[in-house]
Amino acid sequence: MTDTPATGSTAAAVEPAEGDEPQIAYPRTEWDDYEIIPPTTSLSNEKLTMWTFLGSDCLLFGALISTYLLLRNRQPLSGEGSLKAADLFDIPFTSVSSFVLLMSSLTMVLAVSAIARGEMERCKLWLLTTAAQGAVFIAGQVYEFTSFYREGLGYTVSISSSAFYTLTGFHGVHVSLGIIMLVTLWVMVNRGIIGPERAETVEIIGLYWHFVDIVWIVIFAVVYLIP
Amino acid sequence: MSTATEAASEEIHESEEAHDDHDHGLSDFGYIKVALLLGVLTAAEVLLYFVDTGPIEVPGLLILMVVKFWIVVAYFMHLRFDSKLFTWMFVGGLVLAIAVYAAMGTSMLFWTDPAGCDLSPNLDC
Repeated sequence: MTDTPATGSTAAAVEPAEGDEPQIAYPRTEWDDYEIIPPTTSLSNEKLTMWTFLGSDCLLFGALISTYLLLRNRQPLSGEGSLKAADLFDIPFTSVSSFVLLMSSLTMVLAVSAIARGEMERCKLWLLTTAAQGAVFIAGQVYEFTSFYREGLGYTVSISSSAFYTLTGFHGVHVSLGIIMLVTLWVMVNRGIIGPERAETVEIIGLYWHFVDIVWIVIFAVVYLIP
Repeated sequence: MSTATEAASEEIHESEEAHDDHDHGLSDFGYIKVALLLGVLTAAEVLLYFVDTGPIEVPGLLILMVVKFWIVVAYFMHLRFDSKLFTWMFVGGLVLAIAVYAAMGTSMLFWTDPAGCDLSPNLDC
């Protein structure tokens, strides 16, 4: 017995139109009596996919944070390379940029709320504000990296500095991708490609944006504040 | 056949209606209040860093971090108002990450030597 339904005398070749592939007419089975029943969860596949991605991204940042914690004091005791990131932290400066990123989550959720109500102009304004706040955060990170480098903390100076730059750099890349998505979203809303009927698209990008915010909440506390 | 399909469609319709009726979050003013709370918690974190609070500093910072994390996930990401399936997908990844890296930290004696995994600090890195 084979699993292939198109075998035996019941399968018949349909005469193909000119230039078309020959088609096989399958015999009618008991399964043809059932129509395709859609899933009954009534949940959005796109949203579920984003949540699954965010769950998996926890593993990426978990790896980077734990690697930093394990290696943060691993540098020569003296001489070149003895400097570590924690010696150079400017907590007031980082606190302000953390606050800016935190507030960008507020403007993001206001953008989602606005598009759900059909207030497109307000949605565009909040999207741009969110992107601008993300850009301020990235500018702060670039400034921080530059000042650390000038102090002598290069990426390859020690395994500790490599772990620090890799962790915060990966987060910065996530924020930068978020900014690109927000600007793209703004263009799509501006051109009418995304309207109130597709508010979920904004919500899904918002989920990503909030995720980079919560990752920073952890990095700020674990890397910067806890001695 | 058609009766089964109709019943299924009706069930979906009812489910969608129930979904639509579900509270999808706060008002704009509610979100602003949540953001203000997050700002206050961040200020408390920075205060804990600068003021010498002795043994409560690290637990205090960790508690504030967890509270801020939960507030953003629950309210800004709507997880509190959304389907439990989303919560399971996210919390599943989070718990897995914490378990894996806690096991890694344990195997590298991180907890007994929180200064780092390197137990011989004179090692030239």
